[in-house]
Amino acid sequence: MPDTPAPIEVRLRVNGRECAERVPPRLLLSDFLRHRLGLTGTHVGCEHGVCGACTVLLDGEAVRSCLLLAVQVADAEVTTVEGLARPDESLHPIQQAFHEMHALQCGFCTPGFLLSVVAFLRDVPAPSDEEIRHGLAGNLCRCTGYQNIVRAVRRASELLADRRPPA
Amino acid sequence: MKPPVFEYTAVRSTDEAVAELEQHGDGAKILAGGQSLVPLLNMRLATPDRLIDLNRVAELAHVTARDGGVAIGAMTRQRTVERSELAARHVPLLADAIPWVGHFQIRNRGTVGGSLSHADPAAELPAVALCLDARFTARGPAGERTLAAEEFFRTQLTTALKPTELLTEVWFPASARGSGSAWIELARRHGDFALVGVGAVVTLAGDRIGEARLALTGVGDRPVRAREAEARLAGEPLSPDVLADAAEAVRRAIDPGSDIHATAAYRRHVAGVLAGRAIRLAAARAKEAERA
Repeated sequence: MPDTPAPIEVRLRVNGRECAERVPPRLLLSDFLRHRLGLTGTHVGCEHGVCGACTVLLDGEAVRSCLLLAVQVADAEVTTVEGLARPDESLHPIQQAFHEMHALQCGFCTPGFLLSVVAFLRDVPAPSDEEIRHGLAGNLCRCTGYQNIVRAVRRASELLADRRPPA
Repeated sequence: MKPPVFEYTAVRSTDEAVAELEQHGDGAKILAGGQSLVPLLNMRLATPDRLIDLNRVAELAHVTARDGGVAIGAMTRQRTVERSELAARHVPLLADAIPWVGHFQIRNRGTVGGSLSHADPAAELPAVALCLDARFTARGPAGERTLAAEEFFRTQLTTALKPTELLTEVWFPASARGSGSAWIELARRHGDFALVGVGAVVTLAGDRIGEARLALTGVGDRPVRAREAEARLAGEPLSPDVLADAAEAVRRAIDPGSDIHATAAYRRHVAGVLAGRAIRLAAARAKEAERA
């Protein structure tokens, strides 16, 4: 077995910006985002796909960045929590809803929740409470007890509906 | 870095994957969706010399109507199957079970072939494949061969695939007209591996059960088909006595283990209860299908 497999060049877009890096095959996407790109908003909790803290969007779909290798995402578009706020730094409606409903305490799990909820509300724009709880099941929070997070998703669904042009 | 050192090849075709497997053999590991393999790498429970990444093999990702059933390419994401009208219409047991696989974030990456090849004894898809007598297509240096679900699962995390073979496709027969199916499982939290999961398919003959199929997960070293229970149900009315006998037959067919989540006795009990519920739900859906 080789000690140092040749680094592999990956080019991808992260939060709309092109980047190219040479990475060892075993570098996880989560570590790539944090250590190579300095995007430390992606939090690393369990590193085996259970806690959801490292959730990012890969070509629009919510995925665990700790279960992907950086070399696998070549040519893809990745969105992290840093990519949610507007260029003028105003909050994304889902961030606004989490803020209004006090849907966080320590905030460690929050980036993962936000990215999961972006994908969830895109697929289910007006969810029932049961659907919200199912949608949140893949993210763990150890502080808030989820009540305010559920409220925040409900609120986010309203805020997003307000933004859509009337049908 | 959490994972051990390995070489990495992203192949573009099945042929290329087979050539890589042949060249590197036992030291190589196929990377499909990575939702089981990467945790094993991160915990260094798996230390392959080389990963052969199938994620860029377009020919392995498809859901296709074929031969009176639905063929699903090994690299088809579980989420794609969840959203597939073809799968929902023709393989309703699969459609019923797939939302129970992990969470949607996991299913966005996790693949049908990856779950089947990994053969976790508590996974949903192996039991679904066994329940429906799915057919597996494997490709190796000697060419292609087809395996029955019954012969595919050997023991935990072990299938009939050779080290130089990979699973390319699984074919599910379309559900019979007027049949109903149901997947029911019990887990401590949604998205956890099931303590016990049961898949049932029921065809009615008038007021009686015509044919019943039952398969379970989480109850031994591999998925289990409860054939004695199926035989007890065939041709019988859906009465409490018949269901109780079938539940007992299910409990005899399985060999669950104990762990921190549940004792063997609890799993055995729950398996019988869930089997009864799954049969009743499948029968109710069969009745609905007859009326439709």
